[in-house]
Amino acid sequence: MASHPSTRTRRGPVTYLVRLIVIVYLFFLVAWPVYLVGKNTFADGMDNINSIIEDPDIVHALSLTVQVAIIAVIINTLFGVGISILLVRYDFPGKRLLSALLDMPLSVSPIVVGLALILVYGGRNGWFGPGLESMGFQVIFATPGIVLATVFVALPLVIREVVPVLEEVGEEQEQAARSLGANAWQTFLRITLPSIKWGVVYGVVLSLARSLGEFGAVKVVSGNVLGETRTATLVVEEKYLNFDKGGSYATAFLLALVAVACIIIVSVIRPKEDR
Amino acid sequence: MTSTTLTPDRPAISRRPVRSGRPLTRVSGLGLGVAMLWFSLLVLIPLAAVVVTASAGGWSSYWQAVTNEQTAAAIELTVGTAFLVTLLNIVMGTMIAWVLVRDRFFGKRALEILIDIPFALPTIVAGLVLLSLYGKTSPLGIDIANTPKAVFLAFLFVTLPFVVRTVQPVLAELDRDVEEAAMSLGASRFTVFRRIILPSLTPAIAAGAALSFARGVSEYGSLVLLSGNLPLKTEVASVRILSSIENDNYDIAAAVATILLAISFIVIVALDVIQRRMVRRG
Repeated sequence: MASHPSTRTRRGPVTYLVRLIVIVYLFFLVAWPVYLVGKNTFADGMDNINSIIEDPDIVHALSLTVQVAIIAVIINTLFGVGISILLVRYDFPGKRLLSALLDMPLSVSPIVVGLALILVYGGRNGWFGPGLESMGFQVIFATPGIVLATVFVALPLVIREVVPVLEEVGEEQEQAARSLGANAWQTFLRITLPSIKWGVVYGVVLSLARSLGEFGAVKVVSGNVLGETRTATLVVEEKYLNFDKGGSYATAFLLALVAVACIIIVSVIRPKEDR
Repeated sequence: MTSTTLTPDRPAISRRPVRSGRPLTRVSGLGLGVAMLWFSLLVLIPLAAVVVTASAGGWSSYWQAVTNEQTAAAIELTVGTAFLVTLLNIVMGTMIAWVLVRDRFFGKRALEILIDIPFALPTIVAGLVLLSLYGKTSPLGIDIANTPKAVFLAFLFVTLPFVVRTVQPVLAELDRDVEEAAMSLGASRFTVFRRIILPSLTPAIAAGAALSFARGVSEYGSLVLLSGNLPLKTEVASVRILSSIENDNYDIAAAVATILLAISFIVIVALDVIQRRMVRRG
């Protein structure tokens, strides 16, 4: 392509102007602000980082965040792979509607997600909440509520990665395996899973990033109790509003580090897949 | 195609039910049942509860809730700002996608990662990030914290990837021979862009714009630290809902929430229509 004559004619002044506009825009909107958070975190050397690592409440919040994210990712991966196979390989009434509804969590406000969960699982006057609570199972203002909210917001991510891969690999190998006598489970394990492996990996990494960072929905359902149901993103808000900017920046820095690591992991693996 | 990653939408475009699926077997039928039960308990029943709660008090109390001065101002600010941000995203997103696909220079890979940062960064961190450059301690001397401009900036940040990531794959697969033919027949670069490139990109731009609008309208986290949530000034719809929840006014919260739900539903329908049109075009 590079030696193609018309490629060179395209590199007129407009090309450089557009390139410049894009770089300046992204620099001021993303690059510089993100860099400043890193800079503010380490303004006093390692003090900010040390102060949050030594605070048992923050360590609790961080470990709660990680646990919730892992549970949410496992649930969404099982559900996502299952429903993707059903959507792509099977025919059933209402399939198109279901496919559209599965995207709903991406465009619903996190606050509405929290409200919806409270209205159903709230202990006082939710639809199912009082019943569950009389059986000794508290959802809202407890860890199960945080898990539900996190699963909700990250629900479509695995499906969005796996469905196109499933469509692209087609069904021939699965049919061949089945005609040679493999049962459904063997076909899934030996044929389907290896072929959608990377789609699942991207989906998992994206869900992990999303789950670790959920804020609004978790804020509504968690009750935000220090040392119990306060997650890492809630710590960032709380510290900032209480004028502990160092602690706020340090926690935000840790979260941003994980998010950026997830992006880099995905962008490093993906091109090998994309032909 | 080096187009990476968090593609909130690339799959959205290629996802569509395939007609040639097999009928359900007993095992897959059971699987579908379990999946639907979980999906209902987690998403459908709770969202239905919002609508039921909002309509429980009748039309007049619903109307009163959403036309309350403070609420109406919040909805107007949210929808208006999301609309303006989407317009800017249409222009900037298309330009960024064009640079990522057609241009070549050192450091392009870094731009790819920058595009995805707003999607992966926790929203509360996004607010803190913007505050550090555009807040009180700004090294640029620009302090827009607690003004409506902060809402615009926050929306702009969190919606950055949508138009870029929907347009990019379509642009990458565009056939260049047509453009070269047009140019060899004397068409100017601007004519080529307007008559050949832009029409093929329109559905993708529309899909990205719809997603960007929906994301903007539903934004909450990045505004908490940045906009100050001042009533009638910088308070958005999500914040109104949250303060109603905190005051135990679930009816009012649900009433405002139905407006946001209606917007996201319209966006989903619009996306479905756009995708079908894209499929028909091939």
